[in-house]
Amino acid sequence: MAGKNWTLALVAACAGLLLAWQAPQAHADEDAELWESIRSDVFGDNRQIAVGDGKLVLDAPYRAEDAAIVPITMTIPAAVAANVKKLTLIVEKNPAPVVAAFTFGDAAGIGERKLSTRVRVDMYSNVRAVIELADGSLYMQTKYVKAAGGCSAPALKDMDAALANIGKMKLKAFANGSEPTSSPTAEAQIMVRHPNYSGMQMNQVTGLYIPAKFVEHMEVRKGDQLVFDMDGGISLSENPNIQFTYAVGVEGPLSVSARDTDGKVFTTSADVKGS
Amino acid sequence: MREKTPKATMLSVRTRQGFNWDTVIVTRRLACLGLVACGGGAALSRLATPLQAGEIPAAKVAEIADGVFVHRGQIALQSPANHADISNAGFVVGTDAVAVIDTGGSYHAGAALRAAVAKHTKAPIRYVINTHMHPDHVLGNAAFKADKPRFIAHHKMKRALSARTARYLEAAENALGDEAFEGTEVVLPDAGVEDVDTLDLGGRTLRLAAQPTAHTDNDLVITDQKTGTAFVGDLIFSGHVPALDGSIVGWIEVLEKLGHQAPALIVPGHGPAALSWAAGSEPVQRYLRAVAHDVRAIIKRGGTISEAIETAGISEASGWELFDEFHKRNVTAAFAELEWE
Repeated sequence: MAGKNWTLALVAACAGLLLAWQAPQAHADEDAELWESIRSDVFGDNRQIAVGDGKLVLDAPYRAEDAAIVPITMTIPAAVAANVKKLTLIVEKNPAPVVAAFTFGDAAGIGERKLSTRVRVDMYSNVRAVIELADGSLYMQTKYVKAAGGCSAPALKDMDAALANIGKMKLKAFANGSEPTSSPTAEAQIMVRHPNYSGMQMNQVTGLYIPAKFVEHMEVRKGDQLVFDMDGGISLSENPNIQFTYAVGVEGPLSVSARDTDGKVFTTSADVKGS
Repeated sequence: MREKTPKATMLSVRTRQGFNWDTVIVTRRLACLGLVACGGGAALSRLATPLQAGEIPAAKVAEIADGVFVHRGQIALQSPANHADISNAGFVVGTDAVAVIDTGGSYHAGAALRAAVAKHTKAPIRYVINTHMHPDHVLGNAAFKADKPRFIAHHKMKRALSARTARYLEAAENALGDEAFEGTEVVLPDAGVEDVDTLDLGGRTLRLAAQPTAHTDNDLVITDQKTGTAFVGDLIFSGHVPALDGSIVGWIEVLEKLGHQAPALIVPGHGPAALSWAAGSEPVQRYLRAVAHDVRAIIKRGGTISEAIETAGISEASGWELFDEFHKRNVTAAFAELEWE
């Protein structure tokens, strides 16, 4: 794959503008092929994915300011939300394209469902969000994001501070702005201090690549009911950060349990609205 | 010429491990590849012979205080035309030795500075000091290797620059093109300042003070004790919008602390060759406080980074050059820091 692209680049460079001008079609085909292979790997061969207009909104910046922290927000309208089982977020051209798969539980609620997180983008790529409804149907929204190098960028602007704080968590609940409290859902945010090493970053002391080590699973509950669980990978930014909605009608505190690839478990909980 | 997506795809195969610390360079990279395509592949072969330092004209320098010389870099992103001569650099001349402080963003920029040193003194260059790890301040180091100086920086700079070497070089090569990039390499410091060190240049002493995380996690302030001139690196930007790559809270604190020390004259990392402390620090503090204030308010009400980059610190937009290129990234970094408060 890389060899083929490299050959193409050489040909385009040597032959000048004409060929470079013709290249877009070739690449459009390659992109379609790439998505086709990811699609069948992740969702199976024979499943149709419909365009998710009216079912799902995907917000992603066209040009990301920091390829290692690209903010993504997915919104599912209330009329659709109650039937959504699963949400899969994909950065098509990343070395590990599936950023995370979120499976929703009863405490996800029936109001408008919102989920925001941050991803790494390794090269200019489509970002795709796919929802699966209870009847097995799939709907997708796609945004093109211009950013590069997010997976190999050294983590941690302040390396010492970040390593000292590993495993720290913060669970925040937000008031629903000016809306009346009758809303069936409220918003909260879970933050985990973790480098989410991608396996593509260099250890600056040894000069060797740091082995991948990341938050691979997370469960968020309201009382004893599941809001969502997440299976994540290296395309999730360092310090995994998820802002989400949950049902206020369910008794009990909000609690989060996260596990990284070393088997380390981090937990926190908070009494929030509807507790 | 704006939509070069397919070319970007081709290029990123080559540059998979790389990253630009500033996304704007990515767009420059595209323009650069366009040139490659037009040039019929000439850019793919290396120039046969490296440039000799003597062929590069001396950089223009101003003597801002007795024996303290500063070259003012352009306020611009690195480009083939400016040879990444886009940050301030200087040197301090003692009776026994010269200390060079920052070296520009390419071998070419460093060699021009070296030629300027030779024009003003016969004293040997014994020290090359970097104010922090950013490429526009360190990639000229290679031009001084023949002088066999000690390369000195904050003790955390070696680690930070090592981790970024590949992507800095790749970004520079892509943005500068072969001619302007020629000879450029990373030269890591061989001595690190843990807290405070002094260097005797003969008849004058430099004080090197390592700062806590601010603009980066490896900012070093170099003060010439004889004239009270402080090379503050990118702790102070003037004209050029500040760029945050460390800690916004730390940066504000470091500026407060330096303010108490009230240096007589400062050399900012970008902008005029020399400024008073007040003239240099006031706009940077105002900018950082505005960003921190607005970002905190957005975090408090549960807003996202996407909202913050559209609104936070916008009151500062008209006061700075390159605002569009750096500001949103600053807000992103500030957000990721301040949400943990």
